Formats: sequence, C-alpha cells, structure tokens
Amino acid sequence: MDKNTDDLPPLHLTVPEPEVRPGGQPDFSHVQIPPAGSVRRPPVDADPESMRDLAFSIIRVLNRDGEAVGPWAEGLDLSEDQLRDGLRHMMTLRAYDARMLMAQRQQKTSFYMQHLGEEAVSCAFRKALNPGDMNFPTYRQAGLLIAGDYPLLTMMNQIYSNAHDPLRGRQLPVMYSSKEHGFFTISGNLATQYIQAVGWAMASAISGDRKIAAAWIGDGSTAESDFHAALVFASTYKAPVVLNIVNNQWAISTFQGIARGGSGTFAARGLGFGIPALRVDGNDYLAVLAVGKWAAERARLNLGPTVIEYVTYRVGGHSTSDDPSAYRPAEESNAWPLGDPILRMKNHLIALGIWSEDRHVQAEAQIMAEVTAVQKEAEAVGTLHHGQRPSPSDMFEDVYAEMPPHLQRQRQEAGF
Amino acid sequence: MPKCRRIFSGSVRKRGSDMARMTMIEAIRDALDTAMGADERVVVFGEDVGYFGGVFRCTAGLQKKYGPTRCFDAPINESGIVGAGIGMAAYGLKPVVEIQFADYVYPAYDQIVSEAARLRYRSAGEFTCPMVVRMPTGGGIFGGQTHSQSPEALFTHVTGLKVVVPSNPHDAKGLLMSAIEDPDPVIFLEPKRLYNGPFDGHHDRPVSAWKSHDLGEVPEGHFTIPLGQAITRRPGRAVTVLTYGTMVHVALAAAEETGIDAEVIDLRTLMPLDLEAITASVRKTGRCLVLHEATLTSGFGAELAALVQQECFWTLEAPVRRVAGWDTPYPHVHEWSYFPGPARVGDALRELMEV
Repeated sequence: MDKNTDDLPPLHLTVPEPEVRPGGQPDFSHVQIPPAGSVRRPPVDADPESMRDLAFSIIRVLNRDGEAVGPWAEGLDLSEDQLRDGLRHMMTLRAYDARMLMAQRQQKTSFYMQHLGEEAVSCAFRKALNPGDMNFPTYRQAGLLIAGDYPLLTMMNQIYSNAHDPLRGRQLPVMYSSKEHGFFTISGNLATQYIQAVGWAMASAISGDRKIAAAWIGDGSTAESDFHAALVFASTYKAPVVLNIVNNQWAISTFQGIARGGSGTFAARGLGFGIPALRVDGNDYLAVLAVGKWAAERARLNLGPTVIEYVTYRVGGHSTSDDPSAYRPAEESNAWPLGDPILRMKNHLIALGIWSEDRHVQAEAQIMAEVTAVQKEAEAVGTLHHGQRPSPSDMFEDVYAEMPPHLQRQRQEAGF
Repeated sequence: MPKCRRIFSGSVRKRGSDMARMTMIEAIRDALDTAMGADERVVVFGEDVGYFGGVFRCTAGLQKKYGPTRCFDAPINESGIVGAGIGMAAYGLKPVVEIQFADYVYPAYDQIVSEAARLRYRSAGEFTCPMVVRMPTGGGIFGGQTHSQSPEALFTHVTGLKVVVPSNPHDAKGLLMSAIEDPDPVIFLEPKRLYNGPFDGHHDRPVSAWKSHDLGEVPEGHFTIPLGQAITRRPGRAVTVLTYGTMVHVALAAAEETGIDAEVIDLRTLMPLDLEAITASVRKTGRCLVLHEATLTSGFGAELAALVQQECFWTLEAPVRRVAGWDTPYPHVHEWSYFPGPARVGDALRELMEV
C-alpha cells in the first residue's frame, strides 16, 4: 500500500432506508415504469445472456386505457369466459380476505394474512400450470387455490381449525395444503420451499415425467440461504421449475432495499446463476399470465428454470398482528404507480365490451354474498373456540406413518 | 417377554441367501446397490458421491452402474442437498442423501427439523418424506473439532425423525435397507471409526479388520433389520450397559478387561427406542451404565438415564451412571483424553459395582 491508512477517513456502515416514513409524502418517482407493450418477448429457447435487459425492465400488457398491447399480449388468446374468470377469481380472493380478516377481528380465528393488491400474481399464474404441476407457495398465494377451484369452504375450515379442517387443526391458519390442487404444504419457515420445489422438479426430470414445479418466495425471504441453494441447484441441473419472486416492497416492516441491497432488481439475481430472468408488472393479470406461460413452456421443453420477479405492492398489513402505519405512510398504497389489479382487469373487460360498471357492482355483491354464505356454512361446523373441533387424540397421529410406542404411551397418558 | 436377542436374531433375510465378507463401507455400498437395483425410485446424491464414489468410498461404482441421474454429485450446500431431497421425496422418489461429515449437517438443520420431520404431520399425511440422510459420525480418528462430532441428540429431540447408528457391517446393511424402505425420514449416522474395522478404544494396539470379525459377515441381496430393535451383544447379570456405535466395542472390551459380567446392549436405533429391551435388562441386573461419545450435558444419555430411573426405579441398586465425551468441543491433540475409552468405562463399571 502506498497510502498510510491513517490518512483515510474512518469507515462508516451503510444501512439502507426507504425514501419515506410515516408522516412523509409517498414518492415512487424512482420506480421506472416502461409503457405497456414496450418490452420485447424473446423466444422461450433464448440464451439467458441475450435477455439480460429483461431483468431490469417491467413487462406490462394492460395500458392506461385497459387495452392489451405489445408482444406479450399476443398468443394469450383468452376466451371471454377465461377473462371474466380471471376477474372473478381476484374478486373472490379479495372478498374472502375481507371476510377472514373480519373473522379474526371477531376472534373466530387466531390469525390471518391477506393478499390485498397482490391478487393478480397467484390467480393469473395458476392458469399457466397444468394439472399435476406442483406449486411450492408461501403464505400469500391463496389465489393458486381459488383459481384452481379448491373449495372456499375447505379453506375456511382450515382458517377456523374446525372439525372439517383437512389439516385437523394442527396448522396455523392460512398454512393450507392440497396435493390434488398442486399446492404443497405451507411451512412457517421462510424460503424452505424454494429449494424443495427445485428438488421436486429434479425428481420429475429424473422420472422422465412431464410435470413442472413452481417455487414461490417474497422479496424479504430472498435473503434466506435457501434462496441461494435453490438457484444453484436449479441452474446446475437445469431443473424444470419456475422460480417466482413476489416483490411487494415490504417484509413486515422492512423495505425491500434491505434484502435487495445494491443488486438493482431481484430478477437480476437469476443472471449470476445463468438463469433467464424476467421482471413483470405484478398488478397486470395478463402480463403475469403471459410471463408465467413463457416460463412454464421453457420448463416443459426441458430448457431449464426461469426467475420471475413480480413487481407489486402489499397494500394490507403483513398479517392481522401487524400495523403498517408504524413504519410506512398510510396513503403509500394509493401512490403505488401500478394501480389495483382488479380495477385494471375490470377496465380491460369493459374496454373489450364484455363487462360493464353495472355488471361489476352486481358481481361484487354476488361474490360477497357467496363468500358470506360459505362462511356461515363453515362457522356452523365450528370456529377456533366454538363448535365442532378436531379430536385431541388426533394430535398424536401422522408424526410418523405408524405411531411408535412412546407416542402411544403419551396419548394414553393424555387420556385420549 | 424380554427381548434378549442373539447376534443375528433381529435379522430378516431371504432364505438361502449367501453371506459375504464386508467392511462397513462395503456393507453400506452393498445396501445402496441392492436398494437401487430393486427400486428405481431410490436416488443417491451428495458432495463427491457421484463419479468419485464418495470420500469414504460408500457410493463407489454406483454412478457407473445406475447412471448419473440415479447417483450424482451435488453442489456444496447441505441445506440444498436435504431441501432438494425433501422435494424429491414429496414427489415420490426415495432419496438417500449424504452429508459428508455429521459435523457439517448444521446448515441443513432447518430443512431437517422444520421440513422433513414435519411434512407428514402438518399436511395430515398428504405429503410425506421417505428420505434417508446418511452421515459419517463420531471421533477416534484425530478428526479434530469438525470431523469427530456425534450430533445424534440434536435429532432424537426432533419429533418426526428416526435415528439409527449401526455398530458393524452386518447391521449397517440391514438397518440402511430398512431405513430406505421406511416411510419416514431417517437420520443414519455411520461411525466412521468403524468403517474399516471394529475399534475398542485401544488406540495403542494394531487396528483389526472386519474380515476377522463375526459381524463382518453380511447377507447378500435383500436383507433388513427392523428399526426400533436393540440387540444384546454380551449377555450378563451384573450391570447393563446401554450404548451404540463405536462405544459398543469399547463396552465389550471394558467388560472383558474388568471381568465384570456386564450385559452390553447395542441400541442400534435411538428413535424409536427399544425401551422393552432396556428395561428387561436393567430389571435383571439392577445397575445401568449409559455410554456415548457425544458430549454429556443434554446428550441422548440423559434421556436413557431418565427412562431407566422411571421404569426401573424399584430394581435399581445404584444410581444410573453416564460415561460420555466431555462437555468441550472435540479436541485434536487430546484425542485419547477425550474419547471415552475402555479405561474410563472400566472405572465406571467398577464404581457402579461398589455401590
């Protein structure tokens, strides 16, 4: 060294901070939003090197006038029914969230996590998958179940941990599981499912199967070690998996810059692993579906994994145990430049002439009535503290395939 | 009925199958080979496991025989190895993954504890994890701090896991084949000190080989030993020694050298535990020594001691005694002051008999 270190200024630590805190004016002017239709659509067998720019842009289909434009809109070819179904799924998820949030406030359940503002991500992606494909979701992708026609009643029974809960009251609310619906059992431990999805996809490839896996993770959890493990394994073995990252800007109270650091975007993390990376408008149902289909096709053709970052915004609290007004401006979600996924889809259907304001109001009321009716049905079975509950003797089942002697003794001791 | 089994009585094997001389390494390799040959869902992977055949040769030749999609090398990421294994098991394969040393399993601990062990329970049986995690364990090889640990208590404390520690080639094959066929996740700890031959703690004597030991005879072909069954290695009337892995051989040497008629029980499976065999023996002898290489405090020996005092309180003639590794990290130069050898075990046996 030719310079004496004493001459240098002392080091100081960088701790990233969000632009605005409570009381401040929300400002998303730094978020670069390309116009809808402006981002190219490479062929599915494109070399990851040749599409680096897509990890730093945002793929968008729906423009301000509700029109589907650009290369990612082409080939979607959705029927009127499919379009209306998409809107209906998102509206159902929102109504379901509202009812379950209220049920938690009424102490009918201990806990709930809503999807407000993120409905397009899971509802649309589900339609890119085939029966037999497997999602490895986080706790914020219930749209995969709703768009996959999983019964709302069963979801609610799980929330209430009642006698009809398929998980027999063992799991915290929202930690659903349905093999039949391609929905892997949710764990409270973040990011663990990301590498498991890769292993599942490797197993499909080892077995010469045609099924693919979809991994899910939030922006905050990408900092977990298993995110890295998943990308290494997916890249090494060219596993048929879609590696989804839902960037809703917030990990409880921590803004996404803490997890992302200086890497530019979450999608860009795929590039270092040689995995093609797409960044997409997460509030654009059609863009999510188009990108999901692209990645699913790539996986099915054995071309390997794809990283997708969904840019969206967590409008609600992290959970029913969280108060976001303590760490971000209350009106921040209104300033979010990508808008509301349901409103945007509604405007698209109106622009196509297959929907109207009246029909929307009518549908909203009808969906809420349906959800409320199902809720009544679930509550008639039982809620957390009332009605029919799973038998406590079941507590000892399924720890192992067969109950070992020490558990038999404990069950006896417990008097069940 | 007390389960005082003789050496082979816990074995289930095909009638007329031949025996072959094997080291523990060869027995493990043979178990993997047999399982892979019988069931194409069995896949084997881990660090250096594929082309090279494993740093201990336990997977030698498997990739050549079954191809690179059945036996392959993994990136150096233990959480990734176990996590991918869980995904494969959930799909319907039977992964047998290897952690190069038990000392390096900790990065995978979250996947093992929070995921593998809980999959069946939390999904109410929808998803299961029929996976085996193999890892060389134990000291006595100058492995220092990170090639000598015995972390079994970190797994026996986890509900949903089975934990197995064989002490010889015969059992290693039979137990590993059972573990592979088992519907639950199994932690399979292989005492690396026993890979090439039995070891009784006499480090100053020439090492013996499995070829001159009864338990180096291993049945060929399909052969299983049920999980959850202990075996009596030396019947005795004076004191019961509860142990497993390398310490089985140390206990046998100590009994011989002290002339104390100890009943040495090789637990083989720590979870589920053969409590019946344990209590039958202690009720007979009235004394109990618990012996393991792992550190003392909160080690598996504490569980054994608690169970024995609870189940056999009225027949105990002396306090249950534990001999274990000291509560320190595993040292390098102090190997033989640390390792619970026959002298320490002998002293404990004598003291137990004096009470």
